[in-house]
Amino acid sequence: MSIYRLILNRIASALLTLLLVSLVIFIISDLLPGDAAQEMLGQSATPEQVAALRHDLGLDRPAYVRFGDWVGGIVSGDPGTSMVANMPVAEVIAERLPNTLRLAALTAAFTVPLSLLIGISAAMNRGGRLDRMLSISTLAMVAMPEFLVATLGVLIFSVKLRLLPSITMVTSDQPWGEFLRSYTLPVLSLSVVVIAQMSRMTRAAVIDQLNQPYVEMAMLKGVGRVAIVRRHVLPNAIGPIINAMALSLSYLLGGAIIVETIFNYPGLASLMVNAVTSRDTPLLQACAMIFCAAYLLLLLAADIIAILANPRLHNK
Amino acid sequence: MIRSLPLSGKIGLATVIFWLLTAMFGPLLAPHPVGAFVDMDVFSGISSTFPLGTDYLGRDVFSRLLYGARYTVGLAAAAAMLASITGIGLALTAAVGSRVLDELLSRFMDTMISIPSKILALVLVAAFGSSIPLLLVICAFTYVPGSYRIARSLAVNLAQMDYVQVAKTQGEGRWHIGLREILPNMIHPMLADFGLRFVFIVLLLSGLSFLGLGVQPPEADFGSLVRENISGLAEGAPAIIVPAIAIATLTIGVNLLIDAMRGKR
Repeated sequence: MSIYRLILNRIASALLTLLLVSLVIFIISDLLPGDAAQEMLGQSATPEQVAALRHDLGLDRPAYVRFGDWVGGIVSGDPGTSMVANMPVAEVIAERLPNTLRLAALTAAFTVPLSLLIGISAAMNRGGRLDRMLSISTLAMVAMPEFLVATLGVLIFSVKLRLLPSITMVTSDQPWGEFLRSYTLPVLSLSVVVIAQMSRMTRAAVIDQLNQPYVEMAMLKGVGRVAIVRRHVLPNAIGPIINAMALSLSYLLGGAIIVETIFNYPGLASLMVNAVTSRDTPLLQACAMIFCAAYLLLLLAADIIAILANPRLHNK
Repeated sequence: MIRSLPLSGKIGLATVIFWLLTAMFGPLLAPHPVGAFVDMDVFSGISSTFPLGTDYLGRDVFSRLLYGARYTVGLAAAAAMLASITGIGLALTAAVGSRVLDELLSRFMDTMISIPSKILALVLVAAFGSSIPLLLVICAFTYVPGSYRIARSLAVNLAQMDYVQVAKTQGEGRWHIGLREILPNMIHPMLADFGLRFVFIVLLLSGLSFLGLGVQPPEADFGSLVRENISGLAEGAPAIIVPAIAIATLTIGVNLLIDAMRGKR
């Protein structure tokens, strides 16, 4: 099979998964006991009123029609109307999405170089002090709840040292210093788990290459350790490393939910939590789909990079 | 067995035993009733009467923590057990059942695994609410696909082994092969997987409670304890720090233990 066919297959399978995921989300959120019409009118509503509102909301149509409508709406960029805000879901999300993307981009910009540095140096000194410290702290960090990191961060940097704000303000005309100060704590809290995962996987990818015979050859030739890693190992490990980065970044999705809530950050994840509390089903469904799509996109990117980086597939 | 564990494993084991005992017998040791207002002062610091201070309503944090362990440890252990057993059961069914069944189950689980666990749990909580039994089912349901995936790959590999093929030629029934030949050889790796699921569920559950979507007042697990005392953060009250650290010691302890047990084999 040619490499392009392989990639196309992977993309098609991701799209199919996304469709199935949307079906699962629709089924779960459609099972809401006591439907939205009842919820909106309260206990005192007569059955006729409820029936009328159900009809207005289109809830009396068969489930598969509603599912088709909903998926069609999402694809065309109109996933319905938010019940609480009484605004199109698309507008509510358009307001929040850039904030979350900015937070994710900043976290990626911070974690990627740092994890590369930690992972590569740990791999070069395998079994050394740095390497052992890395493996223990990775183990601990992966098991740490995000809100612990965030609350400890607030306690140290906002309460004790009074250096950073404990709530993240988002304004369009922030000066640079202000901007950095307000994003430091959320980015740090998100980064802990991501760095732990990413540097561990980078380490594994580099060690995998260091075990290859060509490294031994280079060593016998008398090439220095740094030169071996830079000239021989990294070009070969770049595929697995980028793959590891994409996979680790998917941890951001879960972390964002906690971190955005703690810092009162006006992003998509805190919007979704609000949608759960206020039982705003259309908004909740749309947010869930965005997160699932982002997750699948990262996994797909990781897969495609792995395929592209595999030299055995190029020759076929 | 214990002696052969590395130091980190021993620390992990001790932490796990400590939390298990706390969850079982903690409420008996609590100096104050869980909901009692015992201090006129709120967010008081560590003192001889209140070993971990008091919370935002002047309740004893130590007692609330002892009661909270029951929810965090007990609920997570029960949910992890349910997830593992369901996952293993479905995996065995897929491994010995018809190819169509295997395809269907695996496709379904692949779909479920493509939904980030926190997102899935939020959607489930929104749809069904968050009473204690529902939380248990929601946490278990969220982690069945992961358990299934690992159990299935183990079971499918084992099903190819010679001794299983021999059993098949002998004419043993599907269920005999699944339960008597394949299952016993899966137990050990699945135990490590159970430990990991437990950690994930503790984190998920306390995360939900922290958002106010998990264990509901007057009941409180560690996550709710952090949430309800969040206003004490500005004073650095033990009421918010202690439960957060409690979660970390529990999850890190389990992780250390699993890691040590893996390294031994």
